[in-house]
Amino acid sequence: MKKYLMKLFVAGDTPRSERAIQNLKQLCDRAMKDNYEITIIDVLEQPDIAEEDKILATPTLIKLAPHPSRRIIGDLSDQDKVLTVLGVQ
Amino acid sequence: MSKQLQIEKLPTGIVGFDMIANGGLPKGRTTLIAGTSGSAKTVFASQFLVEGILSKANESGVFVTFEESPDDIRRNMISLGWTIEEWEKKGKWLFVDASPQADHHIDEVGDFDFAALLARIEYAVKKVDAKRIAMDSLGAVFSHFTNAATVRRELFRVATAVKQFGVTALMTAERTSEYGEIARYNVEEFVADNVIILRNVLEDTKRRRTMEILKFRGTSHQKGEFPFSVIPGEGIVVIALSALELKQRSSVVRITSGNAELDAMCGSGFFRDSIVLVSGATGTGKTLMTTGFLAGGARNGERSLIFAFEESREQLIRNASGWGVDFEQMERDGKLKVVCEYPEVGSMEDHFISMKTEIDAFKPNRLAVDSLSALERVSTNKSFREFLISFTSYIKHQEIAGLFTATAPTLTGGTSVTEEHISTLTDSIILLRYVEMGGEIRRGLTVLKMRGSMHDKNIREFNIVDGEGMRIGQPFRHVGGILTGNLRFVAPDELDRMSNLFKD
Repeated sequence: MKKYLMKLFVAGDTPRSERAIQNLKQLCDRAMKDNYEITIIDVLEQPDIAEEDKILATPTLIKLAPHPSRRIIGDLSDQDKVLTVLGVQ
Repeated sequence: MSKQLQIEKLPTGIVGFDMIANGGLPKGRTTLIAGTSGSAKTVFASQFLVEGILSKANESGVFVTFEESPDDIRRNMISLGWTIEEWEKKGKWLFVDASPQADHHIDEVGDFDFAALLARIEYAVKKVDAKRIAMDSLGAVFSHFTNAATVRRELFRVATAVKQFGVTALMTAERTSEYGEIARYNVEEFVADNVIILRNVLEDTKRRRTMEILKFRGTSHQKGEFPFSVIPGEGIVVIALSALELKQRSSVVRITSGNAELDAMCGSGFFRDSIVLVSGATGTGKTLMTTGFLAGGARNGERSLIFAFEESREQLIRNASGWGVDFEQMERDGKLKVVCEYPEVGSMEDHFISMKTEIDAFKPNRLAVDSLSALERVSTNKSFREFLISFTSYIKHQEIAGLFTATAPTLTGGTSVTEEHISTLTDSIILLRYVEMGGEIRRGLTVLKMRGSMHDKNIREFNIVDGEGMRIGQPFRHVGGILTGNLRFVAPDELDRMSNLFKD
């Protein structure tokens, strides 16, 4: 099975950022086992990457692989919905 | 007063705008530009940055686009002569692309904020050391997201944060109607200290663009709507001359009308900075009088400019030569410039701007417009009147003598609509009339008004002489009612009795 490649954009150490990171880790552990890779980017520290990826809102999760690419904005509080959007069974 | 309390203005460089804004946009603040679709919001936003780059200060700018892609904006602005791509290479212009991306499939799960957008704007501002920011158009963000309440809250936050950057910001917002609420989402107006409204009103099948400064918090501006035009190679040009104070100097220097008898009727010529209206039916000799006015100027070494809206260049030259005036020679001598245009080629605002450009370039002593009625045909009442006010005040400021013609609608007597509009703006009015007498049509002329001077009150007969032009003769005696077109003959002894009535 193909590895899940994801980028998560957050803004600083805010409760919202923390929630998004926790939610993502939980749902990955639950549904993808060890078959995933997440890069966390703080837009306050690396605004140039946010510019490159044309990120408006934080948090934003980008699924790069497997195809098709998807974007989810928000703190990912509804984990089941996130999995559906990512196409994880 | 302490310096902090005063709001400094940043000259935008947009022609006419700085005048109605009493100096420019409030510096370091946020101004909202609201307008319906097609009201030139993006042009205004772009020009705000362009003028910063072209100004002496050579200020860089950041353009945050929420609607069109940077590529579209680059392409669209080329027609206005703005080479955005070059400025980008020089680090004077930087896009923050927040436009919708077709290949981004976005879902919303949970709460979010616009910290990323804000971080990108701040990064861009620092990168090029921007002094100006344009955001176009704020409301488009709502179409990217489903949660309108969050978008509203976050836009407010972004706009508030931008104020902390110490730059002068301009945001555009879409309106749904020309005379309704300020902006569609009711959020934009609350985040801006200043609001400017652009209108693009359909009036009698003609589009008319106006600009109104609705509020400048804590500082002054001109009130009301001002017409503007978008000119290729220039961008927005606001016609703000009616905002000028009426403080033209009045000259007592007289200049020739080009006809010695007419000079005598006016009390030895026109005043140097006066506006003369020549009104008459078709064929009464308006173009002839215009030609004489231009030739008279050339004889005294003055430069003249004529805007002809009814006849072609060739026709004008042929007519003039028939009256013994060589327009082509005058042009070679640099004493004349003939500008012929169809009134239909543009709006009143376009005409005004192109005429002003010609005047600024040629710097004439005399100016003729033949005829105003042709221009009036293609405009609405309101824009024609505004044009006249702006135009007459402009040429008076330049101390140029103006001669305008107006065509009367009926052959005998009557006044034209043009006259009604302009009569109070002119210093002198000369009427040309057909007079039917003894089975033939003769021509009459009278000086109806001559501000600041005595003048001949008679209605005199004149003839048009080949190779010479206008020859003014004796007053019509024994005839009344020429002006109204209802002739009646007065017996000679009755006339003598009348004129002796007030004598001792």
